[in-house]
Amino acid sequence: MRGRSRHPVARACVYVALIGVATLFALPLLWMVTTSFKAETQTMADPPSLLPRADVLLALERAEADLRRAEAGGQATPELRARVAALEQARDAGEAVVPGDGLAMIAGQIGANYVGEVAGSGAVISRGVLTDPVVDFPLYFRNTLVVALLAVSGMVLSSAVVAYGFARIRWRGRGLLFVFVLSTMMIPFPVLMGPMFIIFRELGWIGTFRPLWVPAFFGGAFNIFLLRQFYMTIPRELDEAARIDGCGHWGIFWRIIIPLSRPALAVVALFHFIFVWNDFLGPLIFLNHRDQFTLALGLQLYQSQAGAVPWNLLMAASTLVVAPVVILFVLTQRAFVEGVATTGLKD
Amino acid sequence: MSRPGTNEWRAGLAFVSPWIVGFGAFMAAPILMSLYYSFTDYPILEPPVWIGLDNYARMFTDPVFWTTMVNTSIYALFAIPVGTALALVVAWLLSQDVRGQVFFRSAVFLPSLVPLVASAMIWLWLFNGELGLINAVLDQIGGALDGAARLVGLAEPGLRGPNWLGSKAWAMPALIIMSFWSIGQAVVIYIAALQDVPATLYEAADLDGMGPVTRFVHVTMPMISPVILFNVIMAIIAAWQVFAVPYIMTTGGPDRATYFYTMYLYDNAFRYQQMGYASAMAWVQLLIILSLTGLTFVVSRRLVHYRAG
Repeated sequence: MRGRSRHPVARACVYVALIGVATLFALPLLWMVTTSFKAETQTMADPPSLLPRADVLLALERAEADLRRAEAGGQATPELRARVAALEQARDAGEAVVPGDGLAMIAGQIGANYVGEVAGSGAVISRGVLTDPVVDFPLYFRNTLVVALLAVSGMVLSSAVVAYGFARIRWRGRGLLFVFVLSTMMIPFPVLMGPMFIIFRELGWIGTFRPLWVPAFFGGAFNIFLLRQFYMTIPRELDEAARIDGCGHWGIFWRIIIPLSRPALAVVALFHFIFVWNDFLGPLIFLNHRDQFTLALGLQLYQSQAGAVPWNLLMAASTLVVAPVVILFVLTQRAFVEGVATTGLKD
Repeated sequence: MSRPGTNEWRAGLAFVSPWIVGFGAFMAAPILMSLYYSFTDYPILEPPVWIGLDNYARMFTDPVFWTTMVNTSIYALFAIPVGTALALVVAWLLSQDVRGQVFFRSAVFLPSLVPLVASAMIWLWLFNGELGLINAVLDQIGGALDGAARLVGLAEPGLRGPNWLGSKAWAMPALIIMSFWSIGQAVVIYIAALQDVPATLYEAADLDGMGPVTRFVHVTMPMISPVILFNVIMAIIAAWQVFAVPYIMTTGGPDRATYFYTMYLYDNAFRYQQMGYASAMAWVQLLIILSLTGLTFVVSRRLVHYRAG
C-alpha cells in the first residue's frame, strides 16, 4: 500500500481527511488546555473562542479591584490609577482586547488558575488548583507516584521472572499453563472486586496503599505474555554459552536475559505506570481517606465538591492529571506504539 | 520436555510460581469466594447467611438489573461495531505514506492514554448544554440551516444541540460518541496488522484488476480478520466493565438512562452493602462475558481467515 504512486487529487483527499481526523482527536485536549488558561467569564462566552483573550472589561474590573485594595491599605500608586484610566479609555473606545500588555494579563490568568493570586501584602486573593484548601493535588501527586513506583517495580520484576519460566525453561505442562495464564486476561476486575475488598479488609489493608501495589508483585498475564514473546527472540546459544560458564537459570536470567530485554521491560513499566495513573475503581474501593487519594480520585473529588467548580479551574486540574501522561508519551513514543502494536498481532 | 520431578521441571515451576501464588490469592480465591457469597445474604458487616438461589431468582424480577443489562447491551451494540469501523478507516488513513505521519498517528493515539477521570471532565465540558463546544458548533450549523431555509422560503428546521448528558434520550448517545475518542489503541494495532499484509497480495490484486474497495474487502479484510476478532472480543469485555465514565459524568442518570451493569454491581457491593447479590451479579457477568466471547468465536469462524503456517 505504501510507496504506491497516486493521483494528486487522491493524495490531496488523503491529506484533508488526515488533517480532519487529527483535528477531531486533538481538539478535546487542546480545548482542555486553552480553557484552563481562560478567566471564568471567558468560559461563558458565546460563541466560544479557542484561545484565551485579554478582555478589556475583565482587565478593568481587576485593575479597579487592585486599586481599591491598595487604597484601603493606603498605598495607592499613580501606576495603578493610570492603568485604570487607560483601561477605561480603551473600554470607551469600544476596544475588546487590552492594548499593549495582553500577554502579561493572560500569563497572570494562567498563574491565577493554577497556583492562585496573592496580594503584595501576602493576603490570598484567589485560590488556584494547586492551592485548593480542600483538595490537595500536590499530595495526591505524591501518593500516585509512590503507588506507581511500587507497583511498576513489582510488575516488571515479577513478570520478567515468570516470563523466563515460560520462555527459556522446557518443562512438562508449561504450554498448557501458559494458555491458562492468557485466558485469565478475560476475567474482569469487577467480578473480583467484592471478595478482594473482603480479603484486604481481613488483612487490615483497607485505607492503605497495599491493595494497589502488592498484587503487582505476582505478575500480570498480559505483561508476562509480552515479555515471553520478546524472550523467544533472544538466541538460545547465549544460554548455552552461559551454562558452559557455570550459570544456572537464575544466572542466565540476570546476566543474559535481563540486560538484553531492557526495551521490553521498559514497555511493561510504561504500560503499568499508565495503568496505575489511570486507575479509578481500585483506589475508589480500597482507599477511604482523603489524605491517601490518588490523582484520579482527587480530580473526581474536586469536581464533585459542593458548589460547581468553574470550568476553567476544572480544566486546569484535568490538565495537571493528563500532563504527565502526555510528557511520558512524547518521551517514549516509539516504545509505546511498538508495544501496543505487538499486543494484537501474535497468536 | 522435562518430566515432573526433574531439576528442570522444578526450575520451571519455581520461575512461574509468583504468578501461581498471585493467581490463587487474587483471582481463584475471590472467584470461589464470590461463588459462595452469591448463595448468601451478606451485608458485609455481618457474616453471610445461606439463602440458596434467592439472589439469582431476584435478578429475574429486579427491574433495575434489567435496565443495566439493556443499557450495557445498547452501548456495546453501537460503540463496538461503529468504533471498529472507524478504527479501521482511521488505521487505513494513517498507513498511507504521507508527510507528518508520526504527528497524525500521535494525535489519534494520545487520547486513548488520557486517564478516564480526566476524559470524563473534558467531555462533561464539551457536552455541556449551554456553554459546551459541541452545542456551540451545532447551534452555528442550525443557524446557518435556518438562514438557508428562509432564503428559499422553506420552514426553518430549527436544529439545535440537545442538553446531552441531562437528557434521557441523548445521554447514552453522548457516551457512545465519547467512546470513539479513545479508539487509538485499536487503531495502532490495526496499522500494524495492515503493514503485515504481504505486498505480493496487493500486486496480485492489481493484476486481477481489482479496485481499491474490492481489494480492501477481498484482500485486506481477510488478512487482518484475526486481529479484528481479537479487538472485538477485548471491546466486549471492556463494555461490560464500563464504570468510571458514567459514574463521574452522569452517576447513571438521568433516570437511570446511563446506569451500566458494573455500576449497579458496585452500588450493590459497596453502597447497599449487599455483597451476596453483588456476587451473584459478578458471576452472571463472568458467564455473560465467557458466552459472548464464545459466541463471537463461533460466529466469526466463517469470517475469520487464519494464515497457514
